[in-house]
Amino acid sequence: MTPDETATPPAAEALGASGAAVRDAAPADAVGGRVPRYVARPPDTAAAADLLAAAHRLGLATVMRGNGTAGDWGAPPDRVDLVLETTALRTVEHAAGDLVVRAGAGTPLADLQAQLAAAGQRLTLDPLVAGGTVGGAVATGLSGPRRLLHGPLRDLIIGMTSVRADGVTASSGGRVVKNVAGYDLGKLHTGALGTLGLTTSVTFRLHPRPEAQRTVSAAAPDTETARRWTRAVLESGTVPAAVELDRPPDGPLTLSVLVEGAEGGIDARADTVAGLMGGAAVAHGPPGPDWGALPGGPEDTLIKISVPIGEAARAADCAHEAARQQHTTAAVSGSAGAGVLFAALPAAAGAATVGAVARSLRAGLDGAVTVARAAPGLADDGAEPDRWGDVPGLDLMRAVKQRFDPHRLLAPGRFTGGI
Amino acid sequence: MPQPVTALIPRLREICGDDGVVTDPDRRRTYESDGLTYHAGTPGVVVLPTATEQVAAVVRLCAESGVPFVPRGAGTGLSAGALPHSQGVLIVTSRMRRILEIDPAGERAVVQPGVANLDVTRAAAPHGYYYAPDPSSQQVCSVGGNIAENSGGAHCLKYGFTVNHVTGLEIVTPQGEIVRLGGKAADAPGYDLLGAFVGSEGTLGITTEITVRLLPAPQKVRTLLAAFGSMDAGGAAVSAIISAGVLPAAVEMMDALSIEAAEAAVACDYPPGAAAVLIVELDGPASDVDAQFDHATRLCRDAGAFEIRTAADAGERARIWKGRKSAFAAVGRISPAYIVQDGVVPRTALPEVLRRIAELSAESGIRVANVFHAGDGNLHPLVLFDDAARGAADTAADVSGRILDLCIEHGGSITGEHGVGADKACQMPEMFSPADLETMNLFRSAFDPGGIANPDKLLPTPRLCGERPGVRTGVHPLVAEGAAEQF
Ligand SMILES: Cc1cc2nc3c(=O)[nH]c(=O)nc-3n(C[C@H](O)[C@H](O)[C@H](O)COP(=O)(O)OP(=O)(O)OC[C@H]3O[C@@H](n4cnc5c(N)ncnc54)[C@H](O)[C@@H]3O)c2cc1C
Ligand SMILES: Cc1cc2nc3c(=O)[nH]c(=O)nc-3n(C[C@H](O)[C@H](O)[C@H](O)COP(=O)(O)OP(=O)(O)OC[C@H]3O[C@@H](n4cnc5c(N)ncnc54)[C@H](O)[C@@H]3O)c2cc1C
Repeated sequence: MTPDETATPPAAEALGASGAAVRDAAPADAVGGRVPRYVARPPDTAAAADLLAAAHRLGLATVMRGNGTAGDWGAPPDRVDLVLETTALRTVEHAAGDLVVRAGAGTPLADLQAQLAAAGQRLTLDPLVAGGTVGGAVATGLSGPRRLLHGPLRDLIIGMTSVRADGVTASSGGRVVKNVAGYDLGKLHTGALGTLGLTTSVTFRLHPRPEAQRTVSAAAPDTETARRWTRAVLESGTVPAAVELDRPPDGPLTLSVLVEGAEGGIDARADTVAGLMGGAAVAHGPPGPDWGALPGGPEDTLIKISVPIGEAARAADCAHEAARQQHTTAAVSGSAGAGVLFAALPAAAGAATVGAVARSLRAGLDGAVTVARAAPGLADDGAEPDRWGDVPGLDLMRAVKQRFDPHRLLAPGRFTGGI
Repeated sequence: MPQPVTALIPRLREICGDDGVVTDPDRRRTYESDGLTYHAGTPGVVVLPTATEQVAAVVRLCAESGVPFVPRGAGTGLSAGALPHSQGVLIVTSRMRRILEIDPAGERAVVQPGVANLDVTRAAAPHGYYYAPDPSSQQVCSVGGNIAENSGGAHCLKYGFTVNHVTGLEIVTPQGEIVRLGGKAADAPGYDLLGAFVGSEGTLGITTEITVRLLPAPQKVRTLLAAFGSMDAGGAAVSAIISAGVLPAAVEMMDALSIEAAEAAVACDYPPGAAAVLIVELDGPASDVDAQFDHATRLCRDAGAFEIRTAADAGERARIWKGRKSAFAAVGRISPAYIVQDGVVPRTALPEVLRRIAELSAESGIRVANVFHAGDGNLHPLVLFDDAARGAADTAADVSGRILDLCIEHGGSITGEHGVGADKACQMPEMFSPADLETMNLFRSAFDPGGIANPDKLLPTPRLCGERPGVRTGVHPLVAEGAAEQF
């Protein structure tokens, strides 16, 4: 059956039979420039499973949506018939004594954090984008500055429930941090941009909110100094929570180090860090609201660069140089301590420019360079840039997709290698 | 149709050399089991490759002929994951034990799979770094085995499992392809196959090269021992410490029976009359450790500790740990036989579960000693019995099984660190639904459509689940010879 034959009211009825609220899509629901036929909002996991089973029977291509703040990450899907909205999947079960929370995928991260904060705990992510949901954060798989100490998002996930393309619900992991039974399928869904299934709930390990925080920052006179500072801070034994680098198109490279911990020890640690960074300034309290924010504006193209630790400062330079050669600019920031950076190219930079910058970075750096988010209309000039570069293990990834979604119904084309 | 494994031998000799292929029945039998000796079987043939290309060629040969293969590291697994297949090839990594690179600036080490866990730390130490995952078997177990089991150790609570410390793998897939997943940089693009491979127990292929994170050695380590008049009071101290936001590197607990055993074996000199002892270790920046240490000490006192000892130096630290580290072997002295279980419960369920274990013990007349990773809720109950008494082994096995049921009932897991292997595959349906297991199987078949990679492990199969589980008795041989701690 082709989607065209099914795009009749009976399809809407069949979708609605799941218990989900179904409506016709509007232009504002477009995904990657394509307007779907339906938008459905299931009230719970069981309804979401029935909804996906129905979409599967009808052969409808489905794209998940949390709050839509990262709907433009990855390639535009080849087709979209149904947008599945998760915003009603909002349960939160907080086991404070176990430092664990299980949250519905549609729970806004901000609500979740507020609830956890009331118990003196946090999910150690950084609130970088207003409005994101648990499921959206997991599906984009991005981690903010504090990943340095507490690990990337995927390390905080201890259990997950997802619905497959055929409507079968499956869980892996569990509610305890220490558990090595079975395959950790949550890892597969993390960062998969909704191409392997709908995540309906996620169980995270939590951390206590730190007693005290200090931010130490200084402008480095040159890249080599930034590299030396980073290394000195990392090996100093002061255990920073984050080491962030910021390299605007013009102006110096700034390094800022976040130290978190016990009130009694924090000043000694911050002072040590400041000393290692040429007598840098120490700010008390949590870092400001722009801490760790993505570089550039919301319409800019974002290139993600991951390199071995120690190469981060040089990678920032390479991005500048690659942009300059293409007669454009790059604003670079990210985690120097973890070796993961983002470079923003102005929205006006065309596909050829973006492609050339990415190619040049791939040639000059060890690691991976991907076009994480393309400026709107970037591919319209017909020269879609290579977003992913060479991805080792692609055949295995295709095999996994084939098992989980053989009819390519979940966000087809959004992921690497046309998955 | 699979070929008989013997038909492969000439080709295997071409690939691995004559000395890399073991066919002699007596020599093959030395590989008949891992640390769990009651699951045993003679492998069809054993190969000892030295390079990735040899592993790939062996696996390709297996794939072409439909012959199963089983990877094996040091054979210290406690869930019969490396149990050989009588019609299969056992691929042993013991000759792949080179440390390929220590890169302090990149905070990485690159090693072959047969390298012993502790050797990574030994090689990194001169640079001021160490490798965090520290299973008690770390002197002997292989890093490849750690990847396969997602091993953890005493310091899991703060530092996490193997999976949190691996950034790159080279694997040979069950079809014989060499694939690299990740590398020195974080966040490889695409699905996180690396993350899902860790803990796959040899069922998705063989790891042939591993890139791990190195961490700077902590500035300071401090350890305390607190003695309590009841297990509940000890448990309350654990809860108080965790909820106060103190994150120790390790929190270990022992009950009266295990203290008694340790005392008899190594005269660890724990406070007399303790119904429970707690060992709390903190590490990190010196100033932070001192502040948190005082806090933790206060919390133990508030929870009713009647004696607290703190270690002033490395020697005193070792003395505090001595009783805990010897507990498993020590129990062998107060009981002719015992079963070690490995279940997990949410930390807050510990008091309730420990009470229920005590009831089970009283009802069945089987003594249970509790020595465990309290911070993680990871229990290692020692179920003691007399193997000379008729029916005692069965009763003990029953008690041990019921303890696992308790863990599942309370939202826990059937294994916290030893893996599922052949031993617990039949318990998987108690924790996971048929749809969960089917989905896991879908994932497995994406890697291994022919079903030749460590078959009958991890997921339940009808063939396997007909058999009755056995029990491991006595002190583990590695522990007895001083090559490993049981912990
Ligand atoms: C470097 C970086 C670090 C970040 N770190 C943080 C952080 O620490 N804290 C933070 O709050 N935010 C962080 N973000 C933002 C965050 O990653 C997302 O932008 C946001 O959380 C997405 O939420 P959403 O609900 O708007 O997702 P949407 O935009 O609705 O969806 C995003 C993607 O996920 C898919 N998707 C959504 N829900 C599901 C689901 N339930 N199942 C399967 N697929 C689904 C969608 O199809 C789409 O592909 C970070 C972003 C970046 C770039
Ligand atoms: C005394 C004692 C104490 C222990 N303490 C702990 C502990 O504290 N924490 C803990 O987690 N474990 C512990 N263990 C269990 C065991 O040591 C670990 O699971 C260890 O990781 C196994 O490593 P190995 O090299 O011995 O693997 P093996 O026993 O040889 O194999 C284990 C599994 O890994 C697979 N495998 C091995 N090598 C590879 C490879 N290169 N590629 C793919 N698959 C492979 C095998 O097929 C098998 O399924 C202990 C064991 C003993 C005997």
